[in-house]
Amino acid sequence: MNLDKFSYDNKLPRLFAIACIFWGATGMLLGVIAAFQLAFPILNFSEYFPHLTFGRLRPVHTNAVIFAFVGNAIFTGVYYSIPRLLKTPMWSEKLGKIHFWGWQFIIVCAAVSLLMGFTTGKEYAELEWPIDIMITLIWVVFGFNMFGTILTRRERHLYVAIWFFIGSWVTVALLHIVNSFEIPVSFMKSYSWYAGVQDALVQWWYGHNAVAFFLTTPFLGLMYYFLPKAADRPVYSYRLSIVHFWSLIFLYIWAGPHHLLYTALPDWAQSLGTVFSIMLILPSWGGMLNGLFTLRGAWDKVREDPVLKFFVVAVTCYGMSTFEGPMMSLKNVNAISHYSDWTVAHVHIGALGWNGFLAFGMMYWLIPRLYKTKLYSVKLASTHFWIGTLGILLYAIPMYWSAFRSYFMMKAFTPEGQLQYEFIDIVQTIIPFYIMRAVGGTIFLIGVFIMIYNLIKTAKAGVFQTQEDAEAAPLTKAYRAPSNAIWHSFLERKPLLLLTLSLLVVGIGGIVEMVPTFLVKENIPTISSVKPYSPLELQGRDIYIREGCYNCHSQMIRPFRYEVKRYGEYSKAGEYVYDHPFQWGSKRTGPDLARIGGKYGDAWHFNHMLEPTSMAPGSIMPSYPSLFENNIEINSTRSKIHAMRKMGVPYPDGYEAIANNDLQKQAKEIAYKLKKDNDISIPNNKEILAIIAYLQRVGKDIKLEKH
Amino acid sequence: MSVIILLLIVSICIASGFLIAFLWSVKDGQMDDDTSPAQRILFDNNKINKP
Repeated sequence: MNLDKFSYDNKLPRLFAIACIFWGATGMLLGVIAAFQLAFPILNFSEYFPHLTFGRLRPVHTNAVIFAFVGNAIFTGVYYSIPRLLKTPMWSEKLGKIHFWGWQFIIVCAAVSLLMGFTTGKEYAELEWPIDIMITLIWVVFGFNMFGTILTRRERHLYVAIWFFIGSWVTVALLHIVNSFEIPVSFMKSYSWYAGVQDALVQWWYGHNAVAFFLTTPFLGLMYYFLPKAADRPVYSYRLSIVHFWSLIFLYIWAGPHHLLYTALPDWAQSLGTVFSIMLILPSWGGMLNGLFTLRGAWDKVREDPVLKFFVVAVTCYGMSTFEGPMMSLKNVNAISHYSDWTVAHVHIGALGWNGFLAFGMMYWLIPRLYKTKLYSVKLASTHFWIGTLGILLYAIPMYWSAFRSYFMMKAFTPEGQLQYEFIDIVQTIIPFYIMRAVGGTIFLIGVFIMIYNLIKTAKAGVFQTQEDAEAAPLTKAYRAPSNAIWHSFLERKPLLLLTLSLLVVGIGGIVEMVPTFLVKENIPTISSVKPYSPLELQGRDIYIREGCYNCHSQMIRPFRYEVKRYGEYSKAGEYVYDHPFQWGSKRTGPDLARIGGKYGDAWHFNHMLEPTSMAPGSIMPSYPSLFENNIEINSTRSKIHAMRKMGVPYPDGYEAIANNDLQKQAKEIAYKLKKDNDISIPNNKEILAIIAYLQRVGKDIKLEKH
Repeated sequence: MSVIILLLIVSICIASGFLIAFLWSVKDGQMDDDTSPAQRILFDNNKINKP
């Protein structure tokens, strides 16, 4: 038999690895800064420039860690493992390069645009439409390269890791497209096509599956490749790994609604989410045990080898998160965890432990091999391991503690039936936990810098191997099981890939046609008193989105006594029909704002935005002096009203032309009232007037009906 | 809540895509051998594990 001679490319894995570590350190550094901002609001530096406030920095942190750090880690592993598993070079080196540089360009665009305040206001999907399109294109390039490699393989069997990569690619593509339906208003501004409850459902269907198919399944692929490699023994049960993949992939997509428990989502959908979330424990733990059992009889190696140490903790954290997640999907547990620091702790067990440690272990294994040398210092790597583990614990424990502490304070009533604590009391109580968390994050980051030093030293000691030569027999006509069924022979004639892809394309096409009809119809208000936002309020809402207020404030009051008493009447689905995008938020660092309208006077908001502690002593909110200097962007009103009407918001015909008159009139009224009642002078065209108008409007539409 | 229909359609699309892939993998014999693939990925370890 003739053996083909070929070589595996090491250049792209190396580039992706460098990008992964660089963006990882950057993203984590931003996280540490954001964590300290919560404890010490002065670090927002908002008197000097508006770009670094917590509301803008946090999305950069989350996006950097998810899409830059984890993303590049996935690509490192994919570009290294797939050729070796399939005994063929990547299909196209050129596509690989486009993929690499395109992805890094997207990351830079994302960071700059988010800091400048260009955001869609939907968590983990904040990037504006031009960047969304770039992501789609680069993802397709990646897909072509991966599927091309698979089709030209020399190894008939697709190792389980490859299945995980395929599943991730397909699902992420679809999630991204569905959640990114938006109407562009200008070059860097768009409105989500969906509104209110619908937007929330799509967003968390996306959000949950982004965790599933970006942070979990591709990393499971990495685990199934690099863990056996590092331990030098096959995975404990290959059969179990196959069961793990297929059961996970079929269960994951249904679990999204567990992010919306106690909201206006239909009960059956909430229960569906819960049921599938609980079922997910089985495959997840099967996978975790499969990973850990791979080390059976090799635990002595774990004592010596830092790579395996990292993998053990990573896999354990995977198990912890995937047990905790289903528990948090139970309604009674969710009542405590939702909006609290529990969620933050949960995601960081996943991000720091599972994603972080698995990526670090992979780097410690990979870099010496790319440079054909030994790791510079095993001792330093072990130090990194212990420091990192300590960092995770110091991060997570205070957050769990703070979640329960604040929950018990939130729901405490005096014997007379009054709320025992003000929101600000609770904020003050958990500041020490914020500080501990920030210290934990800092320690974790120090570990990363130790790794960078260690890996640079390693690379300098070795010689980079641009490629690795290999040889393998070409793929012969494969054995096929005999088949009588009609659809079997049908499948045989068509390349499977084409079929799957065309199915998806048809599906997407059909959806694009259907969505506008039934969504617009749906937006006919069910509560007659709910009216569209005035032009000034709409502009104010866009400022609210720009400043990332949703990162700390929810707009969704759950039907609990302690929430209704604190914030007001619980939220109804019909109140949100004009909210493109929804702004329910997921974390209450500050109080809920769903009924903020009319709660305080205009002057209160004016002073509060200028200096929050002047109105709420002890507040950790940054000040927003730029709102008092920037002019309202009246040029955009026309296209904004136009886009809204296109999506079914009932502004009268031709209203675009005169909208700015109404806007200026309302702004003038607010400014006049501030002058008359409180002797505050402010020009009629400043952004603060728009944000006051919006805040005074939120949640007021149905207030009169109820009380 | 009609958007739920959209999500169901998309989710079912994904799921049926995977179902087809699953059926293909069974038929193709991808799962006939559940021991050697795990061993095979380690074959080049002697070469690369000792840099």
